[in-house]
Order: sequence, then structure tokens, then C-alpha cells
Amino acid sequence: MGTPGEGLGRCSHALIRGVPESLGKEREGVAVGIPPLDLAKAQREHGVLGGKLRQRLGLQLLELPPEEQLPLGPLLGDTAVVHGDTALITRPWSPARRPEVDGVRRALQDLGLRIVEIKDENATLDGTDVLFTGREFFVGLSKWTNHRGAEIVADTFRDFAVSTVPVSGPSHLRGLCGMGGPRTVVAGSSEAAQKAVRAMAALTDHPYASLTLPDDAAADCLFLRPGLPGASPFLLHRGGGDLPNSQEVLQKLPDVTLVPVSCSELEKAGAGLSSLCLVLSTRPHS
Amino acid sequence: MTTEVGSESEVNKQAEQIGADAAQEKPDEEAPESQQNASSEPEEEKSPASPTAAVSKSSPRSQKKEKDPSESRGISRFIPPWLKKQKSYNLVEAKDGVERKEPTEAVVEEPVVEKDESLPEEGSVARGDTEEILERKRQEVRVDDKDEKHSVSSAETQPAKEDSKEIEVAKVEGIREDKQEGEAAKRETKEVQTTELKVEKVAQKAAKKIKTVPCKVTLLDGMEYSCDLEKRATGQVLFDKVCEQLNLLEKDYFGLLFQENNDQKSWLDPSKEIKKQVRNLPWIFTFNVKFYPPDPSQLTEDITRYFLCLQLRQDIASGRLPCSFVTHALLGSYTLQAELGDYDPEEHSSDYISEFQFAPNQTKEMEEKVIELHKTHRGLSPAQADSQFLENAKRLSMYGVDLHHAKDSEGVDIKLGVCANGLLIYKDRLRINRFAWPKILKISYKRSNFYIKVRPAELEQFESTIGFKLPNHRAAKRLWKVCVEHHTFYRLVSPEQPPKAKFLTLGSKFRYSGRTQAQTRQASTLIDRPAPYFERTSSKRVSRSLDGAPIGVMDQKDFSGPAGDVSVYGPGVAGQGVFQDGDGKREVRSPTKTPQLQFTTEGKKNSLRVEGENIYVRHSNLMLEDLDKTQDDILKHQASISELKRHFMESTPEPRPNEWEKRRITPLSQQTQGSSHETLNVVEVKKQAEVGKEERVITEGVNGRDRVPPGSDPGETCKVEPLTHKDSPSLSSENSSSSSSESEEEDVGEYRPHHRVTEGTIREEQEENEEDVEEEKEERASKVVQCVEAVPEASSVKQITVETVVQENVISQKVTGEKSLKEGYEQDMREETEEEHHKVNGEVPHVDIDVLPEIICCSEPPVVKTEMVTISDASQRTEISTKEVPIVQTETKTITYESPQIDGGAGGDAGTLLTAQTITSESVSTTTTTHITKTVKGGVSETRIEKRIVITGDADIDHDQALAQAIKEAKEQHPDMSVTRVVVHKETGVAEEEEEE
Repeated sequence: MGTPGEGLGRCSHALIRGVPESLGKEREGVAVGIPPLDLAKAQREHGVLGGKLRQRLGLQLLELPPEEQLPLGPLLGDTAVVHGDTALITRPWSPARRPEVDGVRRALQDLGLRIVEIKDENATLDGTDVLFTGREFFVGLSKWTNHRGAEIVADTFRDFAVSTVPVSGPSHLRGLCGMGGPRTVVAGSSEAAQKAVRAMAALTDHPYASLTLPDDAAADCLFLRPGLPGASPFLLHRGGGDLPNSQEVLQKLPDVTLVPVSCSELEKAGAGLSSLCLVLSTRPHS
Repeated sequence: MTTEVGSESEVNKQAEQIGADAAQEKPDEEAPESQQNASSEPEEEKSPASPTAAVSKSSPRSQKKEKDPSESRGISRFIPPWLKKQKSYNLVEAKDGVERKEPTEAVVEEPVVEKDESLPEEGSVARGDTEEILERKRQEVRVDDKDEKHSVSSAETQPAKEDSKEIEVAKVEGIREDKQEGEAAKRETKEVQTTELKVEKVAQKAAKKIKTVPCKVTLLDGMEYSCDLEKRATGQVLFDKVCEQLNLLEKDYFGLLFQENNDQKSWLDPSKEIKKQVRNLPWIFTFNVKFYPPDPSQLTEDITRYFLCLQLRQDIASGRLPCSFVTHALLGSYTLQAELGDYDPEEHSSDYISEFQFAPNQTKEMEEKVIELHKTHRGLSPAQADSQFLENAKRLSMYGVDLHHAKDSEGVDIKLGVCANGLLIYKDRLRINRFAWPKILKISYKRSNFYIKVRPAELEQFESTIGFKLPNHRAAKRLWKVCVEHHTFYRLVSPEQPPKAKFLTLGSKFRYSGRTQAQTRQASTLIDRPAPYFERTSSKRVSRSLDGAPIGVMDQKDFSGPAGDVSVYGPGVAGQGVFQDGDGKREVRSPTKTPQLQFTTEGKKNSLRVEGENIYVRHSNLMLEDLDKTQDDILKHQASISELKRHFMESTPEPRPNEWEKRRITPLSQQTQGSSHETLNVVEVKKQAEVGKEERVITEGVNGRDRVPPGSDPGETCKVEPLTHKDSPSLSSENSSSSSSESEEEDVGEYRPHHRVTEGTIREEQEENEEDVEEEKEERASKVVQCVEAVPEASSVKQITVETVVQENVISQKVTGEKSLKEGYEQDMREETEEEHHKVNGEVPHVDIDVLPEIICCSEPPVVKTEMVTISDASQRTEISTKEVPIVQTETKTITYESPQIDGGAGGDAGTLLTAQTITSESVSTTTTTHITKTVKGGVSETRIEKRIVITGDADIDHDQALAQAIKEAKEQHPDMSVTRVVVHKETGVAEEEEEE
């Protein structure tokens, strides 16, 4: 189990999935309601993200090929919840997105993770409604994730407290907050985000500091500790060109190397950093 | 004063108690002498001074089950010099090892000393058996206790000595007839006893007449312990026997469970008779962990950890403690290492493992994983393996959570989990709500309903009461009791007295009567025996014995290992424990039955209270914090503490030796002597009523449905603090709650966790793991630096201390728009500036720190060249006067000592300021500033009075005196206000001495 908090962000691999052309086209089915987006820009952003994960963070990058019939396939963070040696394959709220899990499942299986499936037909769970703090899980009860889905998270990761956090509005929990460090919750300043953070504060046995960012989207950052234990951690975030105001605030985080990436185009499809990549460690206990 | 105002009787007793106190303390110091009886003279001198004291002491004593060393003081007063044989008697007695059954007794004092007090007690027992009239003078409770007590001992008495017993009794009786006076009789009894006989034998005779009941206890290793108990025995008697059997000293974490009719298990209340609890059921119990230590590494003995491991293995194998696959495997591998040692491919064939049960659903895959991990533990000793096991197990989210099935107000099935930190609400496996102890104002039950009253949520005005439906009345009561016990054990310094009968309560008067975690830890530090040998029963055997016939263990005295070990229990440490250990003060308040804490009597406690409860209380809290700290931390802050002690503790009007000081003084010799200037910025007095609201309860939405329409209780209405900054939940929330003055309600059972918050709560987050502690340390270190930068200490003699609350507000107002990181929740010690730092950084989502019992701020820049900044109350006006001060080489020290609620100033809603008034009066060396603010928030108007008294002067002024005086006056003027902070600022000319670091 390791030291609590220390497990946060430990990773050796990152999994991403290419941006299909269907994401840039006139939409039907799944992606209805998403404004058209600049495919080239989205693909460029995605490419840069992959590059940063591989080169800047030194992760083994696995890229799943895009599938045209799965326009939201790049948002693979919704399809699995990975912690330690266990991957919970989710059951996304949107039925049209459920086929997305197949490719991810195979990839995770190949990486040697224990695969847990959701068999309950009543459960819905989007992976980006799950926040792991290093010590416990919070599952956002949102438009996308229901109680039963959260319960399966609790069943899967039994060592940890799994608390439910009501999430209002269209966001996923991870769209409102993330971890800026082992003991620091980063949250947006919207009412929904603040409410979620307060709920989390009430539910936790562990104290977290909280850092409030001007933009909710910026709170969807990834605290990553690639490499050996003790190596300096990174914070993959959307400061820089994307959300400059938030970068300034993020610089207050101690002992973390900030790695800005931008995904403003992909954001239009509902993507955030937590949904665009899955990070995992193949040797979680070593 | 905050908490004890209400009890008249105590007040009435003050005088005598002080007398008693004095009478007792002195002998305490002279303990060695008193053994020689030389001291019986001084003792006698004192006796006339406090005849009543002796009486008043006897009633408190009845609540203390065991012998109280302090009693010896009282009794020895009556011991004439001719009783010189005492010593030789004591020696004999010690050799006899009669006291083995009460190993803890020896902890406090040297056995010799201890005897002289325990014997009279026993004598009285004997007397009680033979003479009812005298016995009636004692409280009934006590009689019962004593009966049980000697029944225990009777079990141990060796038959060979029984002959003399009757003679003994006769003697005793004869003597008693001669003496009219009870005390004298007692003394006589003692004398008789010194002729080598044991009182216990007398008791045994009585015990024989009484019917015994066979009793079985299933131990954690699956063995069964059986014995016969007197029919009227209390739970404690049995529990003590079991612990003795197990050779377990740190027993407060454990308890006995019995099966109720409805398949539910209940804890056997140690203080009550067994037969009244189990009723018609057979006396069959299981020995279990009752309070899971949040940090098992803090347990003193491996044997205790071992039993905890056994319990956890049961919990895990039965599924009560859920684990992931990997954790099952990891814990299993440590179990193997502990029980089988290193993996040996020859010895451990592939199926060696299948006889163990690691998980409810154990698979081959899991077993393989266990073996794989077992191989990696090579070289770990059993004790190390157990420790590793516990380190991992304690992090499981359900570790130490006692689950109770219930329904919420809408009839939805939920579970209530009682744990060290509070009450958790689960729906299925999901945590849907959490009420930390500090949030809970009252716990009650009525019929099958269980209620908690919680502090107002962030934007609410009133407390809300949340009701749960339990399956039946007994379940509700059981849950309630478990809550009371857990709260007391984990959060209070000492147990609370049961409610007094005079209040005409209909409900249960149940209170946890055992030791609290703080007490048991303290007691554990005194354990001084070689690590007892014990055999780790293989889990294999456990499962077998559970399947088949359990292996019986008879109640044999010599069964448990090296019996001698037990009696070795700490005589060496004893002296220190008794007299230097300020902890004792803390314990004093409880009707404790812990021998090592008994040296202080009721009388003393009251006298202390009278003189300055807050001070006293805080100090005990202070030490509590120290308990949880590493030695390093303690050393780090010793300087500040010693200052504190000097200026604060010693300032009680009536100087007399105090344990706290003694304990502290040794390592803290580096006090400055030639302080040129000292500034005491004393006392911010705040209205108590304002406390309640700094806790941010964030439950809306999460648990909205559970909420019962908020009852409006004007007395407890959330008050608005004018000084608060709207968006920042406070760092601290535990308050010197006013609940002690609350009237009792006639709930069937109710309990107010905050009753004694001020004096006895423990920081919630104290159980941080080492990593955290380390981080904390670093953090703290850096804070100190920041402090130096940030708090400009004036080198002038005048008022220097910047008030925290004020400062925070000033700053937070300035930076309202800024969102930033809030860090460092868990610091025990905060510099003022640290607080400020926090504020600057923004908000704290997590509020459970609420219960910092106090905050000590300390900054000690060796040389400060700064300007003076004075910030006065921000809510009225902000004046920052800054001026250049020529460089003066000084040493400055600032120690702030405050109640946590002051932080609340930052947490509340700003409300609307109606009026603000500042009154300042000055005398020679003191400046008193009174701020009166009236605010309105949400229709509720609130008046807040803050009084700040600043005492300034040179070394020749007796600051202690002035401080004490100021506090006293403040209290007299505003009995309902409390002292929330004391700041001691001191400057020392560097030229004079440079001894500090």
C-alpha cells in the first residue's frame, strides 16, 4: 500500500488515444451538442500532450489508434479508473460511448493490470468523476455517474475510503478539481467547484490544503511522479497559453515542476487533461 | 473557569481542598522519607488543618476503584509514629507479590510507598466484610468495588496461608471494637496486617460464601479462558483476570463482548455487575479490541501489538475489515512471517499456506501472491512483521470503524460507523457523510431513535439535529454508548464524570469510565518491564480450535509466562511518574482507576481549578500534544514551553510546587535570567457564547435529506463573529464551549461531546503518519523563518504583540480576491505569522483541525532589528504604525498561548457591524483595552466583548503576579468570558547573555 499520499501520481506509462477525424466533423449521435472544432488544432494539441508525456515526463507512451466511430475515444479517462495494479473498466453514462472501453481494456490488460468490470446494468460511471487523492477516493455523483457506479468504485478499491460528492451542473468531478500535490486539492472558483471541495473537506479524514484557481478547467491537472521514488514530481497543467491566470496561482505549489500543455480545442469536446490520458504504473508496489 | 463554573459543590469545597492539597503535596515530595516514617510528623502536623479534607476526599475516592496513592497521604496523616514497622511490612508485602494482579499499581510509586496506602484500603475491605456499620459510612459503590477487588485477589491467595485468616479477622474485629473512630480502626488494621498476613485472605473467606458463576472467555488466539467469578462481580474483575492471564498491560484498548439475545454483541461494562448485564445468559464472552489504536506503532509493547494483530486478522478474515486483493496478500504475508518466520522452501511446501485464512474468499491466486510476498520479508522478526502488518492495516479505511445498521429519516438503509475521529455515514460501501467529533454537539437516543445534534453548517444559523432509526431500542442505546465511549477515549484527556443524579435525568447516566487514550498512552510510557515472552499462536491452530474443541485454559495463577515480570512494573520510573509528571494533573479530573494517576486527589484538583482553570487546563492539553510528538518536536519547543511555564503557570497567586514545572524544568535550564524587559500581553477575553460557529459543517447537499428541521435553541444559536472573514473556514473550531452550563435535557440518553472541550480535547489530526510528521517538521521550520521576517518585533519595551485574529483579518481583507494555497493544517504549534500566512493564501476546505486545544506561538529570533508594528482590532480600525527603530541588540521572545476559537474570527461571516466601541484604561503597568462590537447577521444580533490586557514593564515587576491578577479580575468581571490567549513577549538584552542557541 505504501505511504499514504505517496502513491499519488506514481506512474510509468501513459495511455492516450488518437483524435479521429469524426471529432472535427458535423456530429451525430454521441457528440451531438458539441460545437464544431478545429480538427487540426485538436490533433496538434493531442500530439503535444503525447510529446510532453513521453519526453518531458519520461513516461512510456502507448497510443491507441483513433476509431472513427468513436469520436470521443480520445477521452479515455472516462473509460477506466486505474489505481495500483487494478483497473476498473467503467460503464460510461452515454451508451454510445460504452464501446470505447474495449480498446482501453485490452491495452490495460496487456500492461498486466487486474481488470475489474462493471456488470451492473444500473450503474453508470465516468472515469473523470473519480478523484484519487493518494489517500482516498471521491466519486462525483454527477449527471454522468450514479450511486451504483460509485459503489462499484468502493467495491473495487476496498482499501480506501470512497466518498460521494454531489456535483452540480454539467461537469465531471475532475473538471472541477484535481490534485496539486499529495496534500493539496486544486479547485476552480466556480460555485460548483467550491461546493465540491467543501463536501470533500467534510467527508475526509485527512486534511488537504486547497488551492483555488480562477478557471475550473485549470483545476483538471495531473500530479505525476514518474521515475524512481523521490524523483521530483510534475504537474501537468493547462496554464501557459491556455489559462494564464491559473498558471500564476499554480506557481504557488511547492516542490513541483510545472509542465504546461494546452487543450483548449479539445476542451470544446469536453476534454480535460484527466480525460485525455490514463497514467499508470506497471509496478505499483515496487 | 469556563467549564466548571456550574458545580457548586466544588466551589464550596475549595477551601478544604486547597488545604488537602497542600497537605498532600508536601508528603509527595518527601515520599522517600515518609517511608521511613520520619515524615509522619510533618504529615501529622498537617492533619489538623484538613480534617474535612479527609472526608471530602473519601467520596471522590469511591469513584476511583483502586488504591489511590494520594490516599496514602490522607491516611498517613493519621498514622502515628509508632507505626514504624510499616516499612518492614512493606518489604514483606512487596516480596509476596500480591499486587501482581494489579501490575499498574506499582507504576506510580515505589512499591513501598504504594503499600502504605493500599493496605488501609484493604483493611477497610476486611472491615467491610465483618462490620456492616462501618461499611455504611462508605459509599456503596466503593464497597462493591472493594468486594470485587478482594475477590480477585482471593483467587490468587495461596491456600497455605488461609489458616491464619480467621485469626486475622478476629484480630481486626477486636481492634475495631476498641476504637470508635473509623480512621483509627483502619490504622489498627494495618498494624495487624503488618504481622505478615494478607487482607485478601480475609476477603477470600467472604468470597467463599458467595456463590460463584462459571465464566468463559474466548481469547483472540482462539483459546478459551475459564474461571469462576463471584456472582456479584463486575465486568472489571473479569477483564482484569483476563488481562492478567494474557500478561497484557496496555489493556485499555480491549474489552469483553457478550452475545445478546438478538445476535448482537455488546460490550461488557466494566463498572457494572456482570449479572445485570448478561442477565440470564451464560457467562460467555469474547476478548476483543474495543478501541483500535489509530497508530499502533505508539503502543509500547509488542505483546499489545500482537493482540491487535490477532484481532485484525479475525476482522479481515471475517470480512469485517474489507481489503483489496493486494492488501489481503500483503497482510497475509506478514502474518506468515510473524508466525512461521522466514520462508523456507523445504519446510514450506506449496500448501503450507492453505491452512491460514487471509481473506473471506481466499483464492489460489491470492495464496500464491502471499507466498511471493512472504519470500520478500526474509529477516523480519515476528515483532517487526506484526508492526508492518499493523502499519498497513491501520490505513484501511474501515480500520477501527464500528458499524451499526440504521435507517435514515427517509427509511433508507445506511450504516453508522463510529471511529476515532467521529461518526461516519455509509450507504452501502460509500461514505456519504461524516461528522467529526468536533462537529457534534450532542448525541442522544430515544427509544429506537438515535440523534446527533451538529454545529451549524456554513451558511446556516442553527444547529441541526439528525435522526437515525435503529432496529430497536437496545441497538440505539448500544450505538449511543459506543459513541460516548469512542468520543471519550479518543478525544478527551480524561473521562467525564457521569451526570449527577440531582438533575433528575430520566436517561442513561452512562459514561465511559476507563482510561482515555491519552491516559493509557501516558501510563504506557511508564511500563518498565522486560518485553514479556509470549508465544505467537499459529493462525492454523486458531482456525482448528475454532472448528473443534477449543483448547481450554484454566484459571491458573502461574499460567501466564514469567509472572514475575508483571510485578516488576515500573518501580524505578515511579518516582518520576508521580511527581514530575504534569500529566497527572490531567488525569486528576477523572474518576480513574489507574493506579499511576491516583496520586492526585479530588481536593487538589479542585484547588487547582479554583485558581485558574484555563491555565491549568491548557497546560494539560499542552502536554497532551507533546505526547503525540516526537522527541525532537518536544525539544524544539521546550524553550517556548519553559517560558510559558515560567510566566504563565507559575503565576498562580499561591505559589506551590507544581508537577508541570518539575517535569519541564529539568531539560529547560536555559532560561534567561537577566531579562531586561518583559512584556506580557495578556488575555484576550471573549464571550463564550460565541464559540460555536467556527466549524464549517459542509453537509448540505450531501446529507440534506437527513436533516431534521433545525431546532431553534436560542442558547446555542450560532453567533456571528464580527471579526471573521467570510470565505475562510476557520482553522480551528473547538471552543471553550459553554456547554457545561447547559441544562440537562431529559432525553433518554444524551451526551454532549463538547462538554469539556476546553480542558480535554485532543487534536483530531494527531495521528498523522510519520511522513506527515516529517513534512510538518520541515514546514514548521520554514515557518519559523517566515515568522522572523513577517512579524516585526519591536525592540521597544512597549506592547509588541500583534494579535493574531486581528492580523489575519487585516490581511484577509486586503487579499479577498486572491485565491491561493492554504497549507499546513496540522501544525501543533503555529506562529502568529504562520496564521497570517495561511490567511494570505486563502482558504481551508478542511476544517477538522478545529480542535486544536490551544495554540502556542513562539518566535525567537536571536537578534531582531525591526520596526514596530502595532495592529489593533481590525474590525474597528486598522492602525499600522511603523517607525524606524535604531538597531538595538535584543533578544526577543514572543509566546502566544491561546484558545483555538480565536481563529474562528477568520472563519465566520462578516455580518453587519452595528457599533464598535473601544475603551482603554491604563494603570502603572497595565493597559486594558476593551472592544465591544455589536453586529447583526441574518437577523441575529451579537455582542462581542474582547478585552485585552497588556502588562508592560521591566524585569522588576512581578509579571506573573500581574498576569494572574489580571486574569482573576477579568474573570470576576465577566464570569462568562474566557481567557483565550496569553501572549508573553520578552526581550532580553543580548549583551547580558547569549546563552540561547
